[in-house]
Amino acid sequence: MSENYSIPAPKKHPLSLQIDPALFEKATDEEKKQTDVMAESTTFFKDGMRRLRKNPLAVFSFWVLVVLIMIMLFAPMVVPYSYEEIITVEGVRDKGAANLAPFQYSAKEQAYMDKYGVRIFPHIMGTDELCRDYFIRVVYGTRVSFLVGIFASLMVLVIGTIYGAISGYFGGKVDLIMMRIVDIIYSLPDLLVIILLSVVFKETMDFSSVPVVGKLGTNMVSMFIVFGLLYWVGMARMVRGEIMGIKQNEYVLAAKSMGASGSRIIRRHILPNCLSVIIIMTAQEIPAAIFTESYLSFIGLGVALPMPSLGSLANAARSGMQSYPWKLVFPAASIVLIVLAFNLIGDAMRDAFDPKLKN
Amino acid sequence: MSEPETKKSEYLVEVKDLKEWFPVKTGWFHTTPLKAVDGVSFNIKAGETLGLVGESGCGKTTVGRTLLRLYEPTGGEFYFNGELVTEKNIHPLRKQMQMVFQDPYSSLNPRMTVEDIIGEPLDIHHLYSSRQERHDKIMHLMELVGLNAEHATRYAHEFSGGQRQRIGIARALAVDPKFIVCDEPVSALDVSIQAQVINMFEELQEKLGVAYLFIAHDLLVVRHISKRVAVMYLGRIVEIADTDDLYDHPIHPYTLSLLSAVPIPDPKTARASKRIILEGDVPSPLHMPSGCPFRTRCRYATEQCAKEAPALKDRGGNHFVACWNK
Repeated sequence: MSENYSIPAPKKHPLSLQIDPALFEKATDEEKKQTDVMAESTTFFKDGMRRLRKNPLAVFSFWVLVVLIMIMLFAPMVVPYSYEEIITVEGVRDKGAANLAPFQYSAKEQAYMDKYGVRIFPHIMGTDELCRDYFIRVVYGTRVSFLVGIFASLMVLVIGTIYGAISGYFGGKVDLIMMRIVDIIYSLPDLLVIILLSVVFKETMDFSSVPVVGKLGTNMVSMFIVFGLLYWVGMARMVRGEIMGIKQNEYVLAAKSMGASGSRIIRRHILPNCLSVIIIMTAQEIPAAIFTESYLSFIGLGVALPMPSLGSLANAARSGMQSYPWKLVFPAASIVLIVLAFNLIGDAMRDAFDPKLKN
Repeated sequence: MSEPETKKSEYLVEVKDLKEWFPVKTGWFHTTPLKAVDGVSFNIKAGETLGLVGESGCGKTTVGRTLLRLYEPTGGEFYFNGELVTEKNIHPLRKQMQMVFQDPYSSLNPRMTVEDIIGEPLDIHHLYSSRQERHDKIMHLMELVGLNAEHATRYAHEFSGGQRQRIGIARALAVDPKFIVCDEPVSALDVSIQAQVINMFEELQEKLGVAYLFIAHDLLVVRHISKRVAVMYLGRIVEIADTDDLYDHPIHPYTLSLLSAVPIPDPKTARASKRIILEGDVPSPLHMPSGCPFRTRCRYATEQCAKEAPALKDRGGNHFVACWNK
């Protein structure tokens, strides 16, 4: 290329309207260097995160979730009550502590504080009809919701991605059979399956000795199983569709021509390219699972008592709604906050990571 | 390339009567074979280039992909270095056969760095013993195709079309192949970049002694790079000859019309020259005409053409033509 510069500039015709080529001068080496500078190398993930951080709603939702998770993790260490503990004053059960308003003390507690000049830890959200601290119950309810949401979406992620990837990659008859199975599962009514499974489990199995699961109860086990059995189909369909498209790209063909194995092609070429869809689907699966858990608990199919869940708390508060409205407001507000925050983040992730929406 | 020539064949690549039919559903229970490639034979010597030209949809790309077993051939034989290529021995042979793709935008994985793209064939065939050796090999390849070392950690979307095609070529060269199928490697590039890439192909051939099957529809590019040229029409080779012989003395009526369609840069010569314009469209490969596939558009067609397909016959000087009348 360099020899081009030695060619003398052509003479300008006197009548020509063109700019006189003689007016041009050669770029110096320093000036040429300026065009060499390329933009900072960005990966797909970095680029997506940058766009995600620019979205104020996503950032706000993120911090809301961080605060909620902090409360969820640390409140049980700070608050001296447990979720199943009936309030006692000096070792005696305090019957007057039922249905207190937020930050209200019962007569006995007031007398105790006056007598010793100490402060009892306040009931931030009041108490329930069985004299239990309501705040700590809501916190535990939130824990249950998060646990369900994250476990369910992880299960959906793993099963759905593997199933969809296999079906989409191999195509043909394999795909046909696998997708008909998905169709069948899609048509099963999930609520019915949960009810049936929890009845069966209640009769046949005892989970009470298993550490976490025992506290949550058989209903939760059947719910997890139902998530594992039924909810991955949406993810599988999505991943399969995406892979069908990616498979057509020449880089997959190139890998095949180099002799790459099927699993290598899926791992190195196909899955990384549908990562955005997988992330987005997972983020949107969490609020859906939390919502399912809440409404199942609301209709009495959720966690076993005395473990609270946001849905069962809301259900219990229904009867005293006119006298003690805050008992409905607090669990309902946390469901709304969690689901809304997850949904907003999920939407923002879709906008940030979906290359088709890039402008 | 100091391996002893143990095999008797003088050709690196020998293709005999290659067929690739795709089943197409034409009804509830009927499938009709789409004869994308229907009996193609050619040979390529080591370090030589065979150009393969023809209009869109004539099966050029399918020939290349079938050779590399991206499609399972319906029939025919392919000998590589005297060895019959089958499904069983293809994996080690992939080290010696590579492919450069048409579209430099979709043939590179957007989630991989240049280093990983070029290193992938090395990974697959375990051609290095340490990370350092892998890195050194990749750097050498990048230098060979004219890429800067600092490009190694970048992603494909950060490059221009010509640079991307260089990455694709470096990837093909990574395993030190003897034969590369170039599937329209320059047709997606800008004209000025085309020249650079074509020249690079020639330089690499001189340096490394690779043989190319150069698939293109740009006749001038093919003339520039090829030693021999094959013209395809509807899945068959209609004429194959040494490059200058074919361009200066074309015999088959299809080749004649194809060559007359080459744009001529000088308008005066262009006006003076007579173009042979073919009538009608290419017949659907699902409903191939009987006999010679070109007869529906051929001005010399006779009854014999409809009855029987002409075979490739030597017209002297290694010039093969499949036509009854010319």
